[in-house]
Amino acid sequence: MDVLTTTAMTAVTVDLAATPVRELNAALHAPAPAPRWRVTHPAGAHNVAVGIDAPVAVQIDGPVGYYCAGMNQQADVLVRGNAGTGLAENVMSGSVRVTGSASQSVAASGCGGLVVVDGDTGARCGIALRGADVVVGGSVGHMSAFMAQSGRIVVCGDAGHSLGDSIYEARLYVRGAVASLGTDCVEKPMRDEHRAELAGLLARAGRDDDPALFRRYGSARRLYHFDSANHAAY
Amino acid sequence: MQLRESATFDRHAIAAIQRAADTGAYRIRGWGAKRPLPHFDDLLFLGASMSRYPLEGYRERCGTDVTLGGRHGATPLRLDVPVTIAGMSFGALSAPAKEALGRGASAVGTSTTTGDGGMTPEEREHSDSLIYQYLPSRYGMNPDDLRRADAIEVVLGQGAKPGGGGMLLGRKISERVATMRTLPAGIDQRSPSRHPDWTGPDDLAIKIEELREVTDRRIPVLVKIGASRPYYDTALAVKAGADAVVLDGMQGGTAATQEVFIEHVGIPTLAAIRPAVDALDELGVHREVQLVVSGGIRTGADVAKAIALGADAVSVGTAALIALGDNHPRYAADYEQLGSAPGYYDDFQDGRDPAGISTQDPELTARLDPVEGGRRVANYLRVLTMEAQTIARACGKSHLHHLEPEDLVALTMEAAAMARVPLAGTGWIPGAP
Repeated sequence: MDVLTTTAMTAVTVDLAATPVRELNAALHAPAPAPRWRVTHPAGAHNVAVGIDAPVAVQIDGPVGYYCAGMNQQADVLVRGNAGTGLAENVMSGSVRVTGSASQSVAASGCGGLVVVDGDTGARCGIALRGADVVVGGSVGHMSAFMAQSGRIVVCGDAGHSLGDSIYEARLYVRGAVASLGTDCVEKPMRDEHRAELAGLLARAGRDDDPALFRRYGSARRLYHFDSANHAAY
Repeated sequence: MQLRESATFDRHAIAAIQRAADTGAYRIRGWGAKRPLPHFDDLLFLGASMSRYPLEGYRERCGTDVTLGGRHGATPLRLDVPVTIAGMSFGALSAPAKEALGRGASAVGTSTTTGDGGMTPEEREHSDSLIYQYLPSRYGMNPDDLRRADAIEVVLGQGAKPGGGGMLLGRKISERVATMRTLPAGIDQRSPSRHPDWTGPDDLAIKIEELREVTDRRIPVLVKIGASRPYYDTALAVKAGADAVVLDGMQGGTAATQEVFIEHVGIPTLAAIRPAVDALDELGVHREVQLVVSGGIRTGADVAKAIALGADAVSVGTAALIALGDNHPRYAADYEQLGSAPGYYDDFQDGRDPAGISTQDPELTARLDPVEGGRRVANYLRVLTMEAQTIARACGKSHLHHLEPEDLVALTMEAAAMARVPLAGTGWIPGAP
């Protein structure tokens, strides 16, 4: 690892062309890690910057593979490029941003923090979400927000088929077209508190979309209790 | 006139049809498969004879220790006995029950396991070795608990319902359970059957690497499969990087599953072991990647038979609950009020367990003293171990792991074919080349 002088403050630079991911993660997990990190040549490596639990800023210059920033706590992770499956899965706090697009299962089972994808995502964005917030600048693939329990998902583009299938209490905001809604997911009225909530999420993501152009979706709560009369609903 | 019962439409089948017509709902229950199945009872050990030399029953040492999960350099689980407590969730079980299981396991030097719902402080505090289940639902999953665990068990399936997710009915979703699972209290909760962020063995390999990275490679990663295609599943688990494989047969218990699922999906434990061992053998990792077998383990004979067929350890779930007090005659009056009886109670989904085990009702859970429960579990685990040692010594083995298929014969053709041991009194193994 080398130390790179930036305009703001000193950052530790880790070149993944020469340094194993294990070494990077171990350094990020060490007690009191340096506050700023820059990761170069990730070349689609998996498990980059996973399991951080410290208030550090990590900038990754290039594409990453699976599970980048998985289980993140406290850290702010920026990926300048695209991300593979499971970006920020089970994120607990902090923020994760991808300037390109991300594959499937963005923020899967995420509990807290903010995940921003400036481009599009693949399928199952926000699957099993448990409290994290997700803002997608582009569109999301099918089965997004599947069984999402809590948290908010903002889609500034379109949503694929079966949005919000079997959703619990997560709230979904979509600006564009929704190909179809999943089981027990319905459109809900946008009231002032929702527009305010959405405006806050967009602001946190650094976006200037007009909240008035979004629609809200959530659970109809018709399937919260097993009922044989619902056998055709699934 | 002589009454004749239909073999096809017997009383159980008729009652099930009548119940379906009455209620419009399929039956959900706990426990595992109740139908007769080929099982360890269909095997016998060949004790020492002229050609085999026994160990002295009460004198000579017969080792019982087992090490799980050292293949990739993590600190393995070093257990004094090869009987672990299977994964069972807080939510399905009460907090005192989880604590008691931890106390019992720790007293004899073995491990216990969390379940679908996360880790409770009670079980962490009272479990010297705690395996953290990583499940499709991710209920309660957080990296802090992951790092607090002594091993991780990635759950692909469960013997009672391979291919199925879990369920926890509303009356068991207390405020504490709901909070841990980030779900509304009182709803009928469905656990998914697929993990949310990986599909297939290639993804699983990366997922296991992630778990190792998050925990700085300190603790082993086990993979649990429900017995359906054990040869392929075991091989793929090994390929994905599992340090050990947990194989759960269809007699394995559940807290709540559709009865049709429990009784008609998956294969018996007896049928699953040899194909799993085949996979380990062919990959050259038998005993290096340990095999933990569960599903219908009741006695030390079952422990010994599973190990003789190639397991390194076994897990008990249902039996541990019985040791805690489940189905005990002292609750006969309570069971009767619930339309059941000691020995028959399987409504673990119902939340009204008189023994205070499969319930979140404060009055019922208060019936279970975790200290006394832990003592009973420890007693039971000791008996299992001593029984297995008794058999092993009779076979001339100075360690349980020295037991082998050659020590066994089968009572039925089915068991002989599944276990690949000769039918008793013959040299015939059905299906053997």
